[in-house]
Amino acid sequence: QGRIHQIEYAMEAVKQGSATVGLKSKSHAILVALKRASSELAAHQKKIIPIDDHIGVSIAGLTADARLLSNFMRSECLNSRYAYDSPLPVSRLVSAVGNKSQIPTQRYGRRPFGVGLLVAGYDDQGPHIYQTCPSANYYDCKAMAIGARSQSARTYVEKHLDKFLECSLDELIKHGLRALRETLPQEVELTTKNCSLGIVGKDMEFTIYDDDDVQKYLAMIEGEERSRAAPPADQAAMDTQEGEGQQPADPQPADPAVEEQGMEH
Amino acid sequence: MMDPMLNEESSYAPKQTYFSPYAMNGGTCLAIAGEDFVVVGSDTRLSQGFSIFTRDLPKTYKLTTSTVLGACGFHGDVLTLTKVLNARLKMFEHEHHKKMTTSEIAAMLSTMLYHRRFFPYYVYNLIAGLDEEGKGVVYSFDPVGSYGSDGYRARGSAAAMLQPLLDNQIGLKNQQNVQRVSLSKEKVVNLVKDVFISAAERDIYTGDAVVVHVITKDGTTTERFPLRRD
Repeated sequence: QGRIHQIEYAMEAVKQGSATVGLKSKSHAILVALKRASSELAAHQKKIIPIDDHIGVSIAGLTADARLLSNFMRSECLNSRYAYDSPLPVSRLVSAVGNKSQIPTQRYGRRPFGVGLLVAGYDDQGPHIYQTCPSANYYDCKAMAIGARSQSARTYVEKHLDKFLECSLDELIKHGLRALRETLPQEVELTTKNCSLGIVGKDMEFTIYDDDDVQKYLAMIEGEERSRAAPPADQAAMDTQEGEGQQPADPQPADPAVEEQGMEH
Repeated sequence: MMDPMLNEESSYAPKQTYFSPYAMNGGTCLAIAGEDFVVVGSDTRLSQGFSIFTRDLPKTYKLTTSTVLGACGFHGDVLTLTKVLNARLKMFEHEHHKKMTTSEIAAMLSTMLYHRRFFPYYVYNLIAGLDEEGKGVVYSFDPVGSYGSDGYRARGSAAAMLQPLLDNQIGLKNQQNVQRVSLSKEKVVNLVKDVFISAAERDIYTGDAVVVHVITKDGTTTERFPLRRD
């Protein structure tokens, strides 16, 4: 029927990975990611990878494949700086990734990369968010979320899209964190352990905030109501759709079915 | 490159033209390590033979917030070496999630230079920075990577003139009955200025201006002073 199943299976791997959201304003592009730990004993898997001073990526899917792609991206950026003394434009990097990803979808004995990337970058065309897929397609986005239960984040972001362009950096980060929070199951909260933030902008090199550095931003959205609030443990107003991130009874298509399934991160 | 002197008869003889992959672009750099600071200076003249290419090309390059490279010799190799160094610095950061320390950079530079043992980078290098304890340190290199740490070193066209002066003033060599006092930043910067002024007097390849960086744990400050332009 004109479907290449291997590619669809690879895209499933991305959908199983934990959620990550990317959004941009006029001056900055940010990534927020939910880190997953394979067990109580293990550390939370890093999701955001710095590529160059002006580009970073967050990953969803097979971490090993992500490592390969990010090493490739790093060397492309280094070569551009060496040869042309100027940072590689984000669009060019993303198309290089697309071209590289296409090869294993057509060559005998190989398999597609089982990872989707959200690329955040700033070049002289401004801030960018790109999404790459195992299918070797890539999309220029105003904002995007990928990974498990990411539809909820996409819905939040679509609702607030018009606000992003003029947002201050802090407001943008709050939107990003709220969007990420939408993807959490009921009793789970964003903490400094499971949340990671990456920011790049006009006068800001790509910087990652992990652990304690995120606390400042989590505090900004602390008291707010979630649309999928916790069960009657602290009773009252559970069903009220107050505050940010309202979602009218939108059925959430595939996501509730996709429960946490260890393997990918 | 100079042509061989020809007389009448040998104008019929086969002439050999020389292509040299290297050129001498002149310039001098110098570095002095203090207790908790380092001072690095270089002149800004780029020349070849009796011509000046530009009066505004410092030979110092910031590598990290705490390390500066001084490089003189063949400027083509200086540029390439600097590019490769910066790329290698980034690669290190990606792998190790930390910036390279001064001693790590010095060790790496040595291996990079030795890899070109049979077609060397014609560059005389100085690495100056703060070590892990915050003390000033200076490493000096030969074109194929031999290196060691010194308290002070001059490199480049006027090195032979400056080094003895530094030996006397900083190393207190050949002086009787002198107390070793630890040098302050200001004293060292003034000494560097004086030393470059002296170099510009006698070395034709040194002059125009001198750029001085002072590296401390709070960062790097840069100053520029004019020199003789002849």
